[in-house]
Amino acid sequence: MEAKEKIMNQGKESREVKDRGQDSGIPAPCETCPVHHAANLKKLGVDMADWDFVVALAGNPNTGKSTVFNALTGLRQHTGNWPGKTVTRAEGGMEYGGYRFKLVDLPGTYSLLATSLDEEIARDFILFGRPDVTVVMVDATRLERNLNLVLQVLEITNRVVVCLNLMDEAERHGLTVDHRRLARDLGVPVVPTVARYDKGLDDLLDAIHDVATGQAVGKPYHVQYDQPQVDRAVSRLEQRVQAVFPDVPNAKWVALRLLDGDERIIEAIEEGELGDLQYGDGMRVEEPAPAS
Amino acid sequence: MVMACGWRSLLPLLDPSFGVGRGLRHQPIPVQNGRLHNLDDEERMDMTDKEVSKEDIIEEARSLRWEVGGDFHEKIVESIYADAARIADRAVTREDEQGGFDFDRFIDQVVTSKVWGFPIMLLMLTLVFWLTISGANVPSRLLSSLLLDTVHPLLKQASDMVGLPGWLDGVLIDGGYLATAWVISVMLPPMAIFFPLFTLLEDFGYLPRVAFNLDNLFRKAGAHGKQALSMTMGFGCNAAGVVSTRIIDSPRERLIAIITNNFALCNGRWPTQILIATLFVGSLVPGYLAGLISALAVVGIALLGVLLTFAVSWALSHSVLKGEPSTFSLELPPYRPPRVLQTLYTSLIDRTLIVLWRAVVFALPAGIVIWVIANLNVAGTSIAEHLIQFLNPLGVLIGLNGVILVAYIVAIPANEIVIPTVLMLTVMTTGLSGVGEGAGVMFELESASKTMEIFRAGGWTLLTGVNLMLFSLIHNPCSTTIYTIYKETRSAKWTAVAALLPLGMGFVVTLLVAQIWRLVRGLL
Repeated sequence: MEAKEKIMNQGKESREVKDRGQDSGIPAPCETCPVHHAANLKKLGVDMADWDFVVALAGNPNTGKSTVFNALTGLRQHTGNWPGKTVTRAEGGMEYGGYRFKLVDLPGTYSLLATSLDEEIARDFILFGRPDVTVVMVDATRLERNLNLVLQVLEITNRVVVCLNLMDEAERHGLTVDHRRLARDLGVPVVPTVARYDKGLDDLLDAIHDVATGQAVGKPYHVQYDQPQVDRAVSRLEQRVQAVFPDVPNAKWVALRLLDGDERIIEAIEEGELGDLQYGDGMRVEEPAPAS
Repeated sequence: MVMACGWRSLLPLLDPSFGVGRGLRHQPIPVQNGRLHNLDDEERMDMTDKEVSKEDIIEEARSLRWEVGGDFHEKIVESIYADAARIADRAVTREDEQGGFDFDRFIDQVVTSKVWGFPIMLLMLTLVFWLTISGANVPSRLLSSLLLDTVHPLLKQASDMVGLPGWLDGVLIDGGYLATAWVISVMLPPMAIFFPLFTLLEDFGYLPRVAFNLDNLFRKAGAHGKQALSMTMGFGCNAAGVVSTRIIDSPRERLIAIITNNFALCNGRWPTQILIATLFVGSLVPGYLAGLISALAVVGIALLGVLLTFAVSWALSHSVLKGEPSTFSLELPPYRPPRVLQTLYTSLIDRTLIVLWRAVVFALPAGIVIWVIANLNVAGTSIAEHLIQFLNPLGVLIGLNGVILVAYIVAIPANEIVIPTVLMLTVMTTGLSGVGEGAGVMFELESASKTMEIFRAGGWTLLTGVNLMLFSLIHNPCSTTIYTIYKETRSAKWTAVAALLPLGMGFVVTLLVAQIWRLVRGLL
């Protein structure tokens, strides 16, 4: 609640950002430009006409994802289904630092290896929707298990904020989590919170803002696959992917998924969907919303 | 990490694409333009970069997949787990784990134990109702004396002074206002106590343990264990319970969960149960026991609902919805100290006020309808009287009466208004005097209670009270829930089953109880 009160309404300023992008027509990413993929987002059921940035909320189940989502969006939320799926999803909006953020609550998952419908939905949203920020909720009392998901998200995108939640419980269990060290190791902002008591949510908002606007650029840690065979195969495939899709931001990850026989990624390559995943189209596709 | 490898190793076998890669022989990659190139020849590959096509990537992936070996998936997962463990280890420092006493685990062992699990569940439920019933007395009395004894006469005076025509005065003040005031004074106090208590239990993390305890029974009934969760949701609101069955993947088990959700006593019906139990069951015993016995009666009805859920699930899964129950894993979240203030706030806003608002929204027009049918005469008697006379034989047969059945028809949109409707219809059709003076004192246990007087005037007995509690548990869901069921199942047939099955069962159960009751009465 406290966090919401701080949110200011400066819609005008953010509109300017968008216009700048359209007028110049420069495809290269500018620092504060949104990077989300508006066309794909539309397919995923998110209309970006009235928003500056889209923020995805990922995390294991029971990490307080909904608590944070509710705290950030308040009453400005609605629930529906993922397009073509029976999985419910919640989305909402907030304004902070003069920008309008669309928040999408992804299904709670333990991994992104697409072995279940929930994982597939979460993975597709981060990969194809390319949210401007992906907040990964992490249970501080079960850091190891939760980091599996974080590392997998970091393979796809560097626009990540890790929300280290349930810090009070960790303390109760006699655990001290060094969030600075964690941030250094992961290469992305880590914000400790106690979402149930609204603690740390202001810092979370700041971090989301900074990553969305490009003021904080993550240099994410990538998993080391310490096997020469694997490394060789991955780097070879990575080159191929880069040759065909020169602008794909995460060719290495695509290569890994291909080697793993991920149907959805194979399909994305066949359909050329992967080619859409370039920087800069977040502003190109924007159409002014029809007055209604 | 070790755990992960165990089951992950099965995954490549399940992965349809994997077989394809495996089946291919290792061969040079054909490239368009008729050029061949060797895998090891990286320089040449760089030169042909421009010509690489999408198909080449997929082809190459296939052959490389062969090269990296069948345990590739395992290797990736292993690497991720290893890195996660390493990074977590660097960031986390553990205090000396002296003693190693895990409080959470201890609580879990007790509340989910075979011996104590169910008794503790019953104890918690009884405690919650006892607090609700004994706590609601005073505020309920205050509210009704304010709204019915003070404000109602004032409104009447005011309308006299303004010179409102008699019918308008009746529709607005004796119809709309009175029904609304009744709903508020009857429902607000118990809800304002019950919902926060229930939400506290939820917040503490007890409800998933309830699901855990019930899982085994559901499996035995041929239903999905997650039905325990949708059922607990139904204790709040059946429409929400029906929506929450989405967590069940199998359509067969989901249908069972949807159809039986109505047997979970919902928000709109708790106040009816609590009131009738207090007036009819609680008054059978001395005052100091009344609260406890009333609470036990309500718990009994709620348990009967759970029992019916199992019975109907079993019957469905062994007849029209045959099949094996599927498995699932249920994570028991750690216990969290309940946030008392937030819980009070949200349960007051989210549940109490929303439910109350819904009741008021339905009660206002219902009050008007009731006043109109009670005052519009056809052939010398009012429409309400006609309806009641028509339904009375059936009502009496099943131990209820015509008024109650008419009330249940009027209350299809919302269960919340059954009691106010019953009271208003009884008052209006029996021509009881002094309606505006304390008729809504709901939770007074003295036999002189005005509410009891109204019921007495309507010819109510203990049987009527008991059967009303039973019928309130076993009858068709409210119209919101019926619509939700239709939206979720997209089937008129199953919606009809979900609506009519409990109604039919309600008639059968109350009929049996009434007949046996009268038989025993006659023998004594």
